[in-house]
Amino acid sequence: MKLKQTVVLGAAIAGMLGSAAAWSAEQFIGLPSYRVGPYGANGASLFGGWIDYMQMINERDGGVGGVKLVWEECETEYNNARGVECYERLKNKGETGNSAFQPVSTGITYSVIDKVAEDKIPLVTIGYGRTDAADGSVFPWVFPLVTTYWSQASTIVKYIGQKAGGMDKLKGKRIGLLYHDSAYGKESHAIMDALAAKHGFEVLKIAVAHPGNEQQAQWLQIRKERPDYVVLWGWGVMNSTAIKTAAKTGYKADNIVGVWWSGSEEDVIPAGNVAKGYTAAGFNVAGADYPVIKDIESNVYAKGHGNMEKKDLVGSVLYNRGVVHGIIMVEALRTAQAKFGEGKALTGEQVRWGFEHLNIDAARLKTLGAEGFLPDLKVTCSDHEGAGKVKFQTWDGAKWNVVTDWIEADREVVRPMIEASAAAYAKEKGITPRDCSKEM
Amino acid sequence: MLYREAGQFKTSYEADQQIFPIAQDRIGILLLIGVFALVVPMIASEYWLKAIITPVLIFSLAALGLNILTGYAGQLSLGSAAFMAVGAFGAYNFILRIDGMPFILALILGGVCAALVGILFGLPSLRIKGFYLAVATLAAQFFIVWVLVKVEWFSNYSSSGVITAQDIVILGYTFASPESKYLLTLAIVVVMALLAKNMVRSTTGRMWMAVRDMDVAAEVIGIRLMRTKLLAFAVSSFYCGVAGALYAYAYIGTVEPEGFNLDLSFKILFMIIIGGVGSIMGSFLGAAFIVLLPIFLDNFVPVVLGDLVSASFVSNLQLIVFGGLIIFFLIVEPHGLARLWQIGKEKLRLWPFPH
Repeated sequence: MKLKQTVVLGAAIAGMLGSAAAWSAEQFIGLPSYRVGPYGANGASLFGGWIDYMQMINERDGGVGGVKLVWEECETEYNNARGVECYERLKNKGETGNSAFQPVSTGITYSVIDKVAEDKIPLVTIGYGRTDAADGSVFPWVFPLVTTYWSQASTIVKYIGQKAGGMDKLKGKRIGLLYHDSAYGKESHAIMDALAAKHGFEVLKIAVAHPGNEQQAQWLQIRKERPDYVVLWGWGVMNSTAIKTAAKTGYKADNIVGVWWSGSEEDVIPAGNVAKGYTAAGFNVAGADYPVIKDIESNVYAKGHGNMEKKDLVGSVLYNRGVVHGIIMVEALRTAQAKFGEGKALTGEQVRWGFEHLNIDAARLKTLGAEGFLPDLKVTCSDHEGAGKVKFQTWDGAKWNVVTDWIEADREVVRPMIEASAAAYAKEKGITPRDCSKEM
Repeated sequence: MLYREAGQFKTSYEADQQIFPIAQDRIGILLLIGVFALVVPMIASEYWLKAIITPVLIFSLAALGLNILTGYAGQLSLGSAAFMAVGAFGAYNFILRIDGMPFILALILGGVCAALVGILFGLPSLRIKGFYLAVATLAAQFFIVWVLVKVEWFSNYSSSGVITAQDIVILGYTFASPESKYLLTLAIVVVMALLAKNMVRSTTGRMWMAVRDMDVAAEVIGIRLMRTKLLAFAVSSFYCGVAGALYAYAYIGTVEPEGFNLDLSFKILFMIIIGGVGSIMGSFLGAAFIVLLPIFLDNFVPVVLGDLVSASFVSNLQLIVFGGLIIFFLIVEPHGLARLWQIGKEKLRLWPFPH
């Protein structure tokens, strides 16, 4: 009897291995996700979009270059220690190990930033993470793609300048910076100070403790000091609380400008009517009318494979941001396959090359069905950011409306700061920066 | 039959007062340490060493610190994570600012900083007790994290308040591999656990327990309350501080003050409640339970439920199961896992003839 069981079990395992081998190769992507905790609602949409896009690539195209995408989620609860555990757990899974680690948390990014170079896994932080890692000569393994916090702060100031009727009108104005009191929130300080010095406005920094569902004191201070604009640098429950409390203290939503982590449906819908007129930045736009989203609906949801529990959030800001994560990951794999060959799983080093030579231009965006959905992107050895453009969207009570074209970051201010900060890091850690003119 | 002390005669005070009076216990603990020091680094994968065993050891040390304060001296504290932060940032600054600072000394000095801060926040314990004291230590939790964020000197003016732990170098050897970091952590934890065990068996420990059981009576028999309570705060914070420094150097590598938040303090408190209040062994059992169970569930639940339910449901289910198991354990054994172990040992001594 015992023997029989063993044989059956063995046959079952062999069968499973056999079915896995039916695909010639599989590219493993580890997803450190969070679906519980204070940021769980945001995580559900973002990871839903991301997984749906990869599912769509598998269903519609049969994977990338004949290689099936496989992934595994690991719940981090947005906690750094759990994130490190997930990093270690995922890094050797699949044929060639984890293709890229994308924690979607600035805290976890910092916790693994030293480990990725050792393990040769690209650390991809799209729209968050350590800003000075945009200097690829010092951080070859880190990719804060699309746009960094510093670029974004400069675009927000540009937008406020536009609203005020010209950058010269900013002189003497007061801008409140309501930030999440964590590594993520503090990323905004240095750049806002530099921009204040350039344009002659005054910054009023006001911290909100994690998770941010109590802001009475902060908004009383804002009421007292009466800044002309408030930049909302929040995440999760902090955003809707800020908008609600602002309304309670009589501060108009029109004068609040959010960062991209403060500009999703999850932030404005709970705030209700008072969120009307609130504007936020975004490196992707909302809407389900783009061909890429339509493809997901017809290839994934029509077959009943969709990841989203709340189907009506398909096309929301965070869902679409997840799709952006999927697009960039898949395009990096495609780029790497063009050099290292199709039909087999790529190693972390090869995927890193793919990210460093990523070039998603306007024509490519059109093919992907994502024209105007995200900015065009060109990554080089020295510039690991690639784009640095955002659009602004205003909430009208029912949906987000794009109010600007892509606004480019103030690179004159941002880039020297990135280089100086990266150089300081290189000095502290004893890193010799790569010579990017010699890199192919 | 194996666990029997018949025939083991104690003929000297030393023999009577040793930590493990039964020979089987002594052999058992030596074997255990031997396995952890020699066998585990050889057979454990990098993932196990880096992401599971090392953090369990570090949290055991923190739980040990809190257990000294809460379990032995009876002073409730909710600031353990903050004292860990002091230890981590203290050690970082000592190594950063003093050339040629030896790592072990920096670790100790980090612990000393935490001890000093601990004494400061232990002062209210002379006037208030129980829940009121817990609230006072809660102030420590918020205040210390706030100071570390606010005063940029502590993080060496890094733009986001995050510190990156330097390499661990002892006598010219760099502890870089997961095995070496694990062994270093293990050595420090073993030494400090032994120290703690001896401390609670000595006069100091008996004074703490007297204060815990009835402070008025303790005062009447001549125990100086102020000294005893503050000593408990100092020793406890020292342990937490060293644990914090190890957390930064041997585990995470790059830490932000926000990482040492109230959640972590609560976690450490749960560790000693589950493991056993007033028990050295309980600190280890509790840390292992609280760290390992969520990871186990995270691996196990998706395998069982697979594609049947959505990922969000799986994530929530883990939390539900985790909470449920904690409640179950506390109902079955309110004195913690250490008490279960103790009962098991007593049963073994009587086996096979219970009377």
